[in-house]
Amino acid sequence: MTGRFVTRGFVGRRGDGSGDIASRIPPGQYITRDFPVLSAGPTPHTPLEQWTFSIEGLVREPVSWSWQEFLALPAREWTVDISCVTKWTKLDMRWRGVSMDTLLEGVELDERAAFIIAWSDGGYTTNLPLADVLNGQAFVAYEYDGAPLVPEHGGPARLVVPARYFWKSAKWIRGIRLQAEDQPGFWESFGYHNRGDQWREERYSGD
Amino acid sequence: MARPLDWQLATVAGVHDETDSVRSFSLTLPTWTGHRPGQHVDLRLTAEDGYSVERSYSIASEPERAPEVDITVERIPDGEVSPFLHDVVVPGDRLELRGPIGGYFVWEASQPGPLLLVGGGSGVVPLMAMIRHRGSAGVMNATRLLLSSRGPDEIIYRDELDRLAATQDGFEVVHTLTREQPAGWTGYARRIDEAMLSEVLAPLGREARVYICGPTALVEVAANALVRIGLAPSQIRTERFGPTGN
Repeated sequence: MTGRFVTRGFVGRRGDGSGDIASRIPPGQYITRDFPVLSAGPTPHTPLEQWTFSIEGLVREPVSWSWQEFLALPAREWTVDISCVTKWTKLDMRWRGVSMDTLLEGVELDERAAFIIAWSDGGYTTNLPLADVLNGQAFVAYEYDGAPLVPEHGGPARLVVPARYFWKSAKWIRGIRLQAEDQPGFWESFGYHNRGDQWREERYSGD
Repeated sequence: MARPLDWQLATVAGVHDETDSVRSFSLTLPTWTGHRPGQHVDLRLTAEDGYSVERSYSIASEPERAPEVDITVERIPDGEVSPFLHDVVVPGDRLELRGPIGGYFVWEASQPGPLLLVGGGSGVVPLMAMIRHRGSAGVMNATRLLLSSRGPDEIIYRDELDRLAATQDGFEVVHTLTREQPAGWTGYARRIDEAMLSEVLAPLGREARVYICGPTALVEVAANALVRIGLAPSQIRTERFGPTGN
C-alpha cells in the first residue's frame, strides 16, 4: 500500500511543522519535550564500586576501567537529537560522556573486528557495525542535562548512538564485545530492525 | 530479510466507551496472521495533503478474536491522535495499521504457572489481552491482576473484569483506588507499594511470572519492589508509557 490513503476527517495539529524543526523530525516521529522511559525489565542498580566498563572480543588485550578510571577518561559535551522507535523525537538533548573513539584508543583491534555487541546489566544487548560507532558517531554518557544520569534513563552510564533508534543506545552499558560476525541483540531478536536508521524508518524487520 | 510488516486498511467495526476518557475500537483486518497477547500495532493517520502521523497502541483483544483486533485509547486532551480517534472516528471508517509488533512483553496460555499482572490506568490494556486469552484458551493457572486506578469511574474494563473474576477459575482482580474511593470501599486506597505487592503476590508464590504496564513511576516502584521481595529480574517484564504517549 502506498501513502495515498487519506484518513477521513484527519487534519493534524502540525505544531512542530515549521522550517528548521520539521527538517529534524524523522518520518513517522513526533516531537516530545518529556524524556519518556522504556525498558523491558526492572531497572538494575549496580553499586559504582562494582561497576566496570570492558572492551573484549577481537582485541589484542581486553581492557577494563573502574568507575573512577572511566570518569578520568577524556570526556566532552554532546548535544544531539534522539528518536525512539515508539515514535517520539527529542531535540537538543545534552549529554556528557566519552567518545567510542576514545574508548577504542585503549585497545588494539584485530583486523577482523567488524561489529560490536554492547552489553548491559540486566542482560540487555544490542548490535552495531563498528563503522557506525566510530568518528564521533557514538559515546558512553554518564551525565544528562548537567546532572548524573539517573538509573531509569540508563545510569550510571549508557551508550548513545544518535543516528539510530534509541534502543541501540543501550542503557546500563557495561562493555562492548568486538566480533567478526554480526549477531542480533535483544530487540533485534524480537522483530525490530537490525540497523534501525530512523531516517530510513527502519523500525521493524523487513522495513 | 524478514517479511515486511505491511500497512493494511482496517475497518472500524465498532466503538465502545470504557470510561469517560477511554474508548475501545474494534478493527476488522483484511490479512491478520494473529498476534500474541501483549503485542501492539502501529496506526498511521494521513491528511489530504499527505501530512501523516503514527502512534503505537497495545492490542486489547485476544488472538482468538482474529481477524478482528481491539485497541483501547485514552483521550489525551492536548494530543494529536487520541482526540481525533475519540471525536471523529465512527464505525465504518477505515484506518491504516500494521502489526503485530513486539515479542517480549507477551504471555500465552502455553506458558504454565502462576501469573501476576500489575497495571496502572490504561496500562491495563495489554494485560487485558492476556486475561481474555487466558479465558478463551480455557487454562486455569492462578492469575491475579493488581490494577491501580484513580477512582471507581476510571477503572477500565471494570464490568468485564468483575464478570471474568466471578466466572473463571483461578482469576482474581485486586483494585487500588488512589484518589477517590466509593462509600464503604474496603479495598486498597493508595499507590502501589511493596507491602501491597507482597500481599497480592503471596497466594501466587515467588515463582510467578510478572507483567507490569503503566506510567513510569508505577512501573519503577513495582518492579523494584518485586526484586526486593525476592523475585528474579528475569521473571519480571515491563512496558511503560508516558508522561507522553498521546
